[in-house]
Amino acid sequence: MPGLLSLDLLISAACAWLAIGLAGLVAPGNTRFIARFLFPLGAVIGIAVGVVALASLGGEAQVAVLAIGLPDLPFHLRLDNLSAVFALLLGFVSAGISVYAAGYFRDGKGTAPGLLCIEYHVFLASMLMVVLADDAYAFMVAWECMALSSFFLVTTDHRHEEIRRAGFIYLLIAHIGAIAILLCFGVMTGGSGDYSFAAMRQQELAPFWTSAAFLLALAGFGAKAGLVPLHVWLPEAHPAAPSPVSAMMSGVMLKTAIYGLLRVSFDLLHSTIWWWGVVALAVGLLTAIFGVLYSTVQSDMKRLLAYSSIENIGLIAVAIGLTLIFHAYGMDALAALAMTAVLYHCLAHAGFKSLLFLCTGSVLHATHERSLGKLGGLIHPMPWVAWLALAGVIAGAGLPPLSGFVSEWLLLQGFLFSPGLPHPWLNMVVPVAAALVVLVAALAGFAMVKFYGIIFLGQMREPALKDAHDAGPWEKAGLVWLALITLFLGVMPSTVILRLDAATRQLLGAGLADTLNQQGWWMLAPISAERASYEPLIVLVTIAATLLLARWLVRSLFHGRVRRGSPWDCGYHFEGPRAQDTAEGFSQPIRRIFEPVFRMQRQFPAARDAQPVYNVKVEDHFWYWCYLPIARLANWISALIVTLQGGRIAVYLMYSFITLLLLLLVARP
Amino acid sequence: MISISGLLGQAFAILLALLLAPLLSGWVGQCRAWFQSRTAPPLLLPYFMLQKLFNKDVVLAHNASSLFRAAPFVIFGCMVLACAIVPTLSTDLPFAPAADALALVGVFGLARIFIALAGMDVGTAFGSLGGRREMLVGFLAEPALLMVFFTLAMIAQSTSLVTIVETLAYRELVIYPSLAFAGIAFTFVSLAENARVPVDNPATHLELTMIHEAMILEYSGRHLALIEWAASLKLYAYSCLGLALFFPWGIAPGDNFFALVAAIPLLMFKLAIGGFLLAGIETVNAKLRIFRAPEFLGTAFMLAVLGLLVRLLLEVRV
Repeated sequence: MPGLLSLDLLISAACAWLAIGLAGLVAPGNTRFIARFLFPLGAVIGIAVGVVALASLGGEAQVAVLAIGLPDLPFHLRLDNLSAVFALLLGFVSAGISVYAAGYFRDGKGTAPGLLCIEYHVFLASMLMVVLADDAYAFMVAWECMALSSFFLVTTDHRHEEIRRAGFIYLLIAHIGAIAILLCFGVMTGGSGDYSFAAMRQQELAPFWTSAAFLLALAGFGAKAGLVPLHVWLPEAHPAAPSPVSAMMSGVMLKTAIYGLLRVSFDLLHSTIWWWGVVALAVGLLTAIFGVLYSTVQSDMKRLLAYSSIENIGLIAVAIGLTLIFHAYGMDALAALAMTAVLYHCLAHAGFKSLLFLCTGSVLHATHERSLGKLGGLIHPMPWVAWLALAGVIAGAGLPPLSGFVSEWLLLQGFLFSPGLPHPWLNMVVPVAAALVVLVAALAGFAMVKFYGIIFLGQMREPALKDAHDAGPWEKAGLVWLALITLFLGVMPSTVILRLDAATRQLLGAGLADTLNQQGWWMLAPISAERASYEPLIVLVTIAATLLLARWLVRSLFHGRVRRGSPWDCGYHFEGPRAQDTAEGFSQPIRRIFEPVFRMQRQFPAARDAQPVYNVKVEDHFWYWCYLPIARLANWISALIVTLQGGRIAVYLMYSFITLLLLLLVARP
Repeated sequence: MISISGLLGQAFAILLALLLAPLLSGWVGQCRAWFQSRTAPPLLLPYFMLQKLFNKDVVLAHNASSLFRAAPFVIFGCMVLACAIVPTLSTDLPFAPAADALALVGVFGLARIFIALAGMDVGTAFGSLGGRREMLVGFLAEPALLMVFFTLAMIAQSTSLVTIVETLAYRELVIYPSLAFAGIAFTFVSLAENARVPVDNPATHLELTMIHEAMILEYSGRHLALIEWAASLKLYAYSCLGLALFFPWGIAPGDNFFALVAAIPLLMFKLAIGGFLLAGIETVNAKLRIFRAPEFLGTAFMLAVLGLLVRLLLEVRV
């Protein structure tokens, strides 16, 4: 192999990120130096990572051994096509977020900028190492670095109690997940004691143990990705973290969990059992429906987006489930279609969700307000952020011609061609699952309209919003970059899928490239043009051309006169901003139709109240069904143990004596 | 691949849609008036309305944003695209590969999001109420519509509208029971999507019963004209879609010129019957309370799923 390998370049990039982080410690209080110099430098490295990963797609797998860590236990690293796809995602998306962060972090309370800089760049480097790791040891080290650095980033503003609490929940669930992943790797070594992934690929496990490994992986990576019921940290941690960190966690970190799940279920475990797919499909559907319903009823903009991330992860899990089912039955072309949907949705979600989280960051900076009920009309003072957020909203609602629709379309195509599975009841259930996926997509539109309409449109709900300012140049640059990614993924699906094809082919032995190459680059027809096709560029151009033509014709045939006046609103002209829908009002239909899904506490006004108050609090059932019973059980056990602790030394000596006696009895040779 | 005659046919289909759509709305209004023993407005009323509105000044509310001004054009563009990909006269449509049935639902969804956002833009009580209700109807109707398309796609083994229509129109005549379910579900969805009784009322004057009208209260002049035109294009697209999917006879195959010429009067005849029936449905039904709409559309969804299951259970030989 001549010259420098792509893998070496990526390792250097990770080191460069670490170096940038350390450089932040040189002048930990100098916001200007860190924000204006170090973060943009990190963005440049991000672009480099993306470009190198893109270039290495389709090539041979490259391996390296780093002699760091414990003696006799070096880090094995490997860059194959699956790693490259996720490294690409990490590089390009993080570049946008880093540029944005250059304008976002400023002097203030909380963690010093230097610390923030090292935490942020360690986070980036560890995510890169996660996707490059080729043995369980390196993987777990990188995984834990990722969890810890993101924990510190979440608790940037650690003076608030609820933020510390959010950080704790995040750390707790991250570790429950890490234990499951560790056990999963343990199962996969098959008792050989060799923790490298190469050895795991060689293992021939009994079906029971492969299934155990898969379920542990689903639980462990699901905890990181936010699959129900291990999703509870997401809606707590995202609002607590600074917006670039939320964007990074939601856009990129959740995808490393998807990467892990794909790595284990398609690469390390080589046999697939059909019911794994059903489990993943069911969990994914539950997650998606749960996430989207809760996202529609949130009143905090970042919580709304956090629940929307849960929904998207659910959709990705549904696609993974479908891939597993097809793969188990050897229907490789369809499995490749579903796998393409998985990878595409990872990329699409990374782009548009980061974009939306960054937009909330700009709104937060401009207004110091996270609650939807106190925002409104921000399109007037912040036109840039508003129009760029619109791109994210359209993609998030899964509508053409932007990125979210492509993956949704691929997923539905996968569902449509599912009949023909050699399993009668699966044939019946799978189309119904498709119906639920469509419902989720339509509800996502509802949530996105709520998000956008309440923040950016309407009248300003607070007088102070008039002083809001638009994003600065760095923030704008980051937002534009992510919006361009969203647009590119939306209109050039064939080009992107041809690149992704190497990864699909690596995992499944089949891809879409042959069919796609037969058609033009503008056309997406995964099976054949007669069966299904989608040309987003034509859709976009047609709508845009009609729009411009209509505008020109109307202006030239008639006139372009505009007058300004009071709103008409059926003649009720005493309407202040409080007459508009609030966040709670907008989601009232959802709360009413899906009432049993939510745990609600409502306070209604009486008919003759002078100052009527309406209050609604929506909580998560899972807290009450899963977590609080476990917490109570733990409390109860600790209370029992407390009774042992009398504080008298004689009693403690007696305990030791009894223990000794028992041991002598039991452990007699 | 793309022939000159195909392009001409495509342009002609779009022009025909632009011209015929207001006529269809006028015709439905006229039939409604007859059913209700009122004196009917002139058939060409929608054209006069459009002309009047285009000539009037636009009066914008003080805090209307740029999105409010762009939305009518976007919605109009979406509807023109929808009319371009629905096979109305012929199945030789160069635009058809651009969007299959699923993407068509997406295009309608895009228009819906823009109109709901535009409704919320001025910040009046009725605007946001309309936006919320529109999204409610949308998320209920969209799954039902897609299930209908799924059933048809499974029959034709394709989601391309052209292939579906060709399968249903030209292959040997087979009675598909699933199509009956799908057809009823499609009718329900079309009523809801086009803001018709029993879900919405296009002629309402009561603020609290409005959905579509509530969102466009603040529009005037050319913006309102475009929205009205887009609404009639939507009705036209849905009607043609229903006719093409469930009564596809007479749609010209490929580039057969004479069949194309014959298809025009046949289409107008079918649309006239369809409009008449629509007015009949609107007359004999009362508007539902908004929270009965989920039941109505839930029925549509169940029927569509039933159609799909019938297709899978009875019609597919595994």
